[in-house]
Amino acid sequence: MSILDPVWTALLYLAAAVFFILALRGLSSPRTARRGNLVGALGAVIAVVTVFLSARLENIPWILGAIVVGSAVAAPVARRVRMTQMPQLVALFNGVGGGAAALVALLELGHAGEPWVRVAIVFTLLVGAVSFAGSGITFAKLQELMTTRPVVFYGLPVVMSVVLLAAVASGVAVVVSGSLPLAVLLLVLGLAAGVLLVLPVGGADVPIVISLLNAFTGLAVAASGVVLGNVLLVVAGTLVGASGTILTRAMAAAMGRSVAGILFGAFRGGSTAGSTAVSERPVRSSSPEDVAVLLGYAQRVIIVPGYGLAVAQGQHTAAELALALEARGIQVDFAIHPVAGRMPGHMNVLLAEANVPYESLKEMGEINPEFKTTDVALVVGANDVVNPAAKTSSGSPIYGMPILEVAEARQVVFLKRSMRPGFAGIENELLFEPQTSLLFGDAKESLAQVLGAVKAL
Amino acid sequence: MDGTALLTITVLAVFVGFEVVSKVSSTLHTPLMSGANAIHGIILVGAIIVAGQAADPWVLAVALLAVVLATANLVGGFVVTDRMLHMFHAKKDAGQAKGGSK
Repeated sequence: MSILDPVWTALLYLAAAVFFILALRGLSSPRTARRGNLVGALGAVIAVVTVFLSARLENIPWILGAIVVGSAVAAPVARRVRMTQMPQLVALFNGVGGGAAALVALLELGHAGEPWVRVAIVFTLLVGAVSFAGSGITFAKLQELMTTRPVVFYGLPVVMSVVLLAAVASGVAVVVSGSLPLAVLLLVLGLAAGVLLVLPVGGADVPIVISLLNAFTGLAVAASGVVLGNVLLVVAGTLVGASGTILTRAMAAAMGRSVAGILFGAFRGGSTAGSTAVSERPVRSSSPEDVAVLLGYAQRVIIVPGYGLAVAQGQHTAAELALALEARGIQVDFAIHPVAGRMPGHMNVLLAEANVPYESLKEMGEINPEFKTTDVALVVGANDVVNPAAKTSSGSPIYGMPILEVAEARQVVFLKRSMRPGFAGIENELLFEPQTSLLFGDAKESLAQVLGAVKAL
Repeated sequence: MDGTALLTITVLAVFVGFEVVSKVSSTLHTPLMSGANAIHGIILVGAIIVAGQAADPWVLAVALLAVVLATANLVGGFVVTDRMLHMFHAKKDAGQAKGGSK
């Protein structure tokens, strides 16, 4: 049916595009973020209703059925996923979006008359496929279905070059001939390139890659808008491509790394190489009671939460411990590294989930000068973000990443599961320093024991 | 739509995209990425158009797959972003420790 004439259609798409812009702007500030997201969802609803009312569509029952299936799969997963697993879910949603864009471009090949439309089709196919396959690999890495370490094999740069050259060649051939089998070949080459692009990226850098692939999918969607002559797709896709690029750079800057270094450094022997070997060097291990005494008679305590805390679902216990210490008149803050957790800003989400008030979460720049006057820094399930190797050893893969300077505190207590190195796979010298003591065990259980002992003081 | 008009729109959209997120704090990086991720799920509109024009059953099947994938991106993206942002609140409504940590 086509109830709406082209003018109304264009105006409604314009409204949806404005809503998307407002959504991104709203998402940039904590106060307006939630409303911003809802505005974006409203824009999407307007756009989808508009397409049903304006385009001459066949197969409407089938399409509605497919929408129901997609919603029925995605909504419950999105609603139930643990906050710790959210980065991989975002990667997954990003990947399927890229896949959808590639399929749309493939099917439009038959309708493309002009060569520049076919150029857009080739771009969408390639970038969408890279995003789909790359996101699949990031998902597998974050879900730990495969090793989180960089996967590098001899000849990888050569294989990658061959794949890219073949992709360019078949892309040119598709533009010239409009051949469908060649377009399918291009799709397959894109998938291969996506896999090869992400395999060598080390675990710690994966979040940045998710953001980059997010920008890629945006560009693929924009190009598919060119193919279909649909302005809304062009605007929305370009917005995401541009903002995603900025966001990727901001995230990389927060980790003291360059995007190019993450992607191409990998080809020179792994982006964040390291070992998962367990060190045999002696450390000072401690008991929950000792830690409780340290904390209970301190004046100032800073808690440094890491992904290990979240995995153990210990956020609530950590929040309780902070309250118990505050009840003893101790000043307690949480020091949040920009990339604590598995994704920039992830730890803020996790602690917000545990009802830790926003004001106790201190950003790195704000809290770092205060470690000097801190009696105890309690590091719970974090490792790389407090590793002094980032400042001192120029050969280290995390060299240059800004860290939380817990080493400045009078005492440092690590709650750790084992001596295994962190996500980046680098040993932490701080563990062997004289002011450091370690309490081994599951983060949540250790915190509960310390909490019990503090209450008994 | 002719090429130059599309190009104009694209270039302007690039600048808007740069501008709107240029001053975001690292606290919100994750929700912003997730929200932007949801927005590109609007490829659903493209998938619907292609599926609506499909005559051949194979084309229709592939197009419907694209509709399913795009819907998952769009719906899942907005839902998970909303859930995340729901947890950001300035002062404590503590006590009502949230129910479903499953």
